[in-house]
Amino acid sequence: MAIAQEARSGMSKLWGGGVHPYGVSHKKFGMWLFLASDSLTFAALIFGYAYLRQASPDWPHPFEFYPSIVVSTLMTFCLLTSSLTMVLAVHHANAGDSTKVVRWLVATMAGGLAFLLLHANEWRELIHHGMTTRSNPWGDPMFGATFFTMTGLHMFHVLTGVIYLGYVAVNHSRGKTESDSVEVCGLYWHFVDLVWMFIFPLVYLMSVSMGDAAPH
Amino acid sequence: MAQGGMRVMYIVWIWLLVLTILEVLLAYFKVPTTIMLIALLGMSIGKAAMIVAWFMHMRYERYSLVMTLIPATIACILLFNIVWPDSVRLEKLFSN
Repeated sequence: MAIAQEARSGMSKLWGGGVHPYGVSHKKFGMWLFLASDSLTFAALIFGYAYLRQASPDWPHPFEFYPSIVVSTLMTFCLLTSSLTMVLAVHHANAGDSTKVVRWLVATMAGGLAFLLLHANEWRELIHHGMTTRSNPWGDPMFGATFFTMTGLHMFHVLTGVIYLGYVAVNHSRGKTESDSVEVCGLYWHFVDLVWMFIFPLVYLMSVSMGDAAPH
Repeated sequence: MAQGGMRVMYIVWIWLLVLTILEVLLAYFKVPTTIMLIALLGMSIGKAAMIVAWFMHMRYERYSLVMTLIPATIACILLFNIVWPDSVRLEKLFSN
């Protein structure tokens, strides 16, 4: 009887509210749910790209090792390093050092902006060589559509992330946010980095020029 | 963060850089497509796991959160593999 009563009391505690089964704030849990759904969006695009590539008998290999692969590797280093600076920002936010938080958030934004500039320059080069969403000089016309869609959506995420980081940095410097907000925006930023860890090898490294279909 | 400290974060960052360099070397030496695809996918999944586990602190979260988010997301992504039979059919169609 006593055990049953204790179990009932435990159940009422569990379902009576005020319980945090995941041990995280609602903001952090909301961001995790968003990232889970966003990962499916990117997975759909990557699988769509792979589907078309597998189906095509003349998929282009337009990227020369230099400059395309070297520059995209540099872009990867920018994102990876910005992830480390983001970790440092979260670390100092938990320690309550606002000055260092803002400093590392700005460093993270700089990494994101460097990535965006290099990527925009690469798009400009490809468009200059005649690549559009409907055609390209090297082979299957769907290459342009899939490339611009995937990298474009990723670039949009990076740009949104830089704006988000700026917003958090300004609010944090004014003492309007808690360390939790820095950690939540950190989750978003690391996710942007994570997605690039698939786009970079599958789109760039797998499309390195074999020496017969180079753009120039 | 307290559980791991910053040292482990630097080590993860170095591992991510090393794996990226290995990926680039595969492209530089123009390794056969199938081997390259398998190696790149393996390394990318490893890198993604490291980012989620350490940089996103999933390793330090409650097991209930991990089990709510990770298996369902991976299962949904794996379901996309349903496209391959049609893709191979199209390839044969275009090749003839």
